[in-house]
Amino acid sequence: MKVLAIDTSNQVMSVAIMDNQRLIAEITTNVKRNHSVRLMPAIHQAMEEAKMKPAELDQIVVAHGPGSFTGVRIGVTTAKTMAYSLHIPIIAVSSLEMAAFNGLYFDGKICSFFDARRGRVYAGLYKRENKALTSVKDEENVLFTEWLEDLKNQDEKVLFISNDLETHKEKIKEILGEQAEFPPAFLAVPRASALAQIAQTKSETEIHTLTPNYLRLAEAEAKWLEKNQEQRKNG
Amino acid sequence: MNINEQQLILAIETSCDETAMAVIKNGREILSNVVASQIESHKRFGGVVPEIASRHHIEQITVVLEETLKQANITMEDVDAIAVTEGPGLVGALLIGVSAAKALAFAHQKPLIGIHHIAGHIYANRLIKEFEFPLLSLVVSGGHTELILMNEHGQFDVIGETRDDAAGEAYDKVAKTLKLPYPGGPQIDRLAQDGEEVFQFTRALINEDTYDFSFSGLKTAVMNTLHNAEQREEEISPEDMAASFQASVVDVLVTKTYRAVKEFGVKQLMVAGGVAANQGLRRALDKKFAEEDVEVLIPPLHLCTDNAAMIGAAASIAYEEGHRAELDLNANPSLRLEKYMKRSVRKS
Ligand SMILES: [Zn+2]
Repeated sequence: MKVLAIDTSNQVMSVAIMDNQRLIAEITTNVKRNHSVRLMPAIHQAMEEAKMKPAELDQIVVAHGPGSFTGVRIGVTTAKTMAYSLHIPIIAVSSLEMAAFNGLYFDGKICSFFDARRGRVYAGLYKRENKALTSVKDEENVLFTEWLEDLKNQDEKVLFISNDLETHKEKIKEILGEQAEFPPAFLAVPRASALAQIAQTKSETEIHTLTPNYLRLAEAEAKWLEKNQEQRKNG
Repeated sequence: MNINEQQLILAIETSCDETAMAVIKNGREILSNVVASQIESHKRFGGVVPEIASRHHIEQITVVLEETLKQANITMEDVDAIAVTEGPGLVGALLIGVSAAKALAFAHQKPLIGIHHIAGHIYANRLIKEFEFPLLSLVVSGGHTELILMNEHGQFDVIGETRDDAAGEAYDKVAKTLKLPYPGGPQIDRLAQDGEEVFQFTRALINEDTYDFSFSGLKTAVMNTLHNAEQREEEISPEDMAASFQASVVDVLVTKTYRAVKEFGVKQLMVAGGVAANQGLRRALDKKFAEEDVEVLIPPLHLCTDNAAMIGAAASIAYEEGHRAELDLNANPSLRLEKYMKRSVRKS
């Protein structure tokens, strides 16, 4: 079973080729550059290293957000178009779960998050169960202080995994103190091989209806809904 | 001709608010031409919202692909090349098409060709009639107002362009001022049929020695007229205002086009872009060129507005010219036409 896994949902770009759950090739970068320009060449290179032809692929796995709207769309469009045209199944995995997977062997809860500006984050909370992660709190686009206060009340060790950790570390320490744990920085980089591994426990996604999990409305849409709700209330 | 001698191009266009794909045979024959329009969704906002457009494109992309291949009755294996609009347009929207095109090109080991959106609009005409050079193309849309001279395939000389607003943009803005629903261009065209040119608006740059256009002054004049009338509590008939505005736009477009046709002695004049659907413009061109020795081509409505058939038609020439894009092809929201396909050889 040959699997191509793709993540472009944030600054990190990661592409992996797995064969029967063994990692054959993986390209991961953690630089601020254009995913559109670099993704296909990276897939091409990984496939070359693995000496694999696109037609040999059995499955595609993609991180479908949350994250950068444009970034997620590049990965998801590439993945769903390839899967559709090669007639192979696709599995969409949460970008937050993918990040949290680097803390799989932590005893306690694992919180992965991506910065969403103005004090907000996209955050998820997981714990290990039978060599996989289970979500213990709905993924949210949330004010980080609110999210942290809630974790404090749960009174259990929490491992924080995020490529944006530095921006928020002080706040985490302030609210959670000794309850918070931080892994070495390299573990904050999500890897596509983890994505392929997580997919083992997930079911297939319908290709046509697969869209990014934005966890946030487009700004224009949010404003429009607000206005319409007001109008409905007023008259 | 057996199947191997045919050239089949799968074309993708997502530069604005239409998710479109087509299969074009030998550059001129449409095997399928699928357009998923988002217009109903954008109407709520009174214009195209880029982020919403990108979201709709990704919802539609494989659905449109399936339909396009099905209608053409082919599989990916039959395709000779994948073509995609690389620019200009909305960057997030373009990226969906470009990402999909690269995925297809890689997955099926097919050549990839990036196409300029305006080259596509011009080549929509070749789906109707073979080109005869030199030819002049008047490109009028929401984003473009250009006069483009072609002496051979794949070579574009922009001899005139707008210095501010595109014609279609002016239409949309005036329509908004008249409180017409989005998209406003067709609404103004419709109203203008029942109005009289009671306001004499200026024809910007009409007598000047340039093929450039300018529509922002006209737009401002319309707004001022409406504003002043409102202050004096006078009623202005929207029909008359639409007719007056349209008369000015059409007069400038037709006059400049006529002059260019004469100067360059072109054999064909082709109109391209969404505004080519405008009835007022069509009638004025027909009248002006009725006695002239130039063939006037205006594509049918579904080939005037954004579609992928036109991208496939342009790509056929690019394919023969040996143009190939690499897997690092990116969306380019401000791609220039002159640098396209062939270097310009116009004598100045
Ligand atoms: Zn267009």
